[in-house]
Amino acid sequence: MSVPMDGMILHFENLTLGYDRHPAVHHLDYAIRTGALVAVVGPNGAGKSTLLKGIVGGLVPLGGEIRLTGIKVSEIAYLPQKADIDRSFPISVFDMVAMGLWRKTGALRGFGREGERKVAEALAIVGLGGFERRPIGTLSGGQMQRALFARLLLQDARLILLDEPFTAIDSATVRDLKGLIRRWHGERRTVVAVLHDLDQVRTDFPETLLLAREQIAAGSTENVLTPANLDQARRLTEAFDEEAALCGR
Amino acid sequence: MYDVILAPFVEFGFMRRALVGCLALLLGATPIGVFLTLRRMSLTGDAMAHAILPGAALGYLVAGLSLGAMTFGGVIAGVAVAILSGLVARTTVAREDSSLAAFYLISLAVGVVIVSTRGSNVDLLHILFGTVLALNDAALFLIAGIATITLFGLAVIYRPLMMECFDPGFLRSVSPLSPVAHYGFLVLVVLNLVGGFHALGTLMAVGIMILPAAAARFWTRDITPLLAIGVLGAFLSGFVGLLLSYYASLPSGPAIILTAGAFYLFSLSFGPDGVIMTRLRPHRHLEA
Repeated sequence: MSVPMDGMILHFENLTLGYDRHPAVHHLDYAIRTGALVAVVGPNGAGKSTLLKGIVGGLVPLGGEIRLTGIKVSEIAYLPQKADIDRSFPISVFDMVAMGLWRKTGALRGFGREGERKVAEALAIVGLGGFERRPIGTLSGGQMQRALFARLLLQDARLILLDEPFTAIDSATVRDLKGLIRRWHGERRTVVAVLHDLDQVRTDFPETLLLAREQIAAGSTENVLTPANLDQARRLTEAFDEEAALCGR
Repeated sequence: MYDVILAPFVEFGFMRRALVGCLALLLGATPIGVFLTLRRMSLTGDAMAHAILPGAALGYLVAGLSLGAMTFGGVIAGVAVAILSGLVARTTVAREDSSLAAFYLISLAVGVVIVSTRGSNVDLLHILFGTVLALNDAALFLIAGIATITLFGLAVIYRPLMMECFDPGFLRSVSPLSPVAHYGFLVLVVLNLVGGFHALGTLMAVGIMILPAAAARFWTRDITPLLAIGVLGAFLSGFVGLLLSYYASLPSGPAIILTAGAFYLFSLSFGPDGVIMTRLRPHRHLEA
């Protein structure tokens, strides 16, 4: 892995992403440093989730490109806002979290002692020690989110994307999971999180990308989250226009 | 006891063949049924069973009551419908259920037209209700072969298939195997339906997949015992169903399915997660 310590891991070049030719992210130019801890904020419909979906290849750009340096798409750990998880599926917490070991086990290899130890360790870190045998159907919303973070942990990824990871989650869980994010940051993993709680962003995220389809501001959080920038973002998120003209840029 | 339960199988070769055919079929078909129910595709199995008809009927037209031709035709028709409806669902606004319904209905109509213009009523009955009491060597080998392929195939795609059922988005984010799991599974479904229709007929083949699988869900909350209980229940249904058909002179296919249906109703009532036991669970709650 030939990644320079301060190299960029992720480039957006004149990137336009959208649905049905309508842009949700419009002409974005930005780059994210390896090891950065970045919050993506903006009003509803600003293209935050779309941006993450684009990074993991779930959406083909309408224009421009997303460039990954030193990492493959399949090596990114991604927690979508609403994972389409079937919570009535009859498996245990262990089985679910162990899916995070996919890159090591693939479809056929066993977990082994080592794998079992890693799963137990990850569960302990997120505060679910001893939950291995519990059916996932019995977990609360907060416990489920902890388990999903344990799975992310096992993915051992250098780029981690989180889409609104703290929405409708109790404060104790939020505190613990934020600790985990800080730990990842300390390990020089790159973390990009879509968030809407600006206080959280101010206290925990040194770097911010403020989107309103277009990039409004980006850089150190305190310079980005100014009243003027936030106001501009609110005004710029236009309504979806069925009759929109072709973009000239 | 011996006279009642074992004598029919000891005495009559056709009963032994029927039993072997049933057990072989169920060994593969029941795990497939378990995954169908877990993927909320129970009715998809039914649709696929009908989709097989024109292929089997064409095989019959070309080669008569030939096992090979009807199997080949059935598999081709089933896989074609599965892939077409999958493609339509992935590339247009249509959902998979509506596109599958469209293709299987077309397929079914074509099948009935073919059978009714060229075949006799006896042939139609054979295709619809199967001939578990008249399985020849070739049919037995075919069913056993399908069971073997199914178990090996499931072993290979087990983990991705489980992830595809439980959290398809996650599987797609870590691996390109999602379509392999989905279409590989559908091919196994078609293979088992074709195996099932030789023994039980197209209408009954789905029953033996779904009923034991659905019944097992009332006994456990974990997938491994779910598969085991499903297969055991299916074996029991096949065995008891054959005896029932022997003693009561019932058509064997429906007798087996009815027994599986009884197993389902019993599980629904008395299983730990069934209707009665969940009512009887003590109201006092636990401390933690």
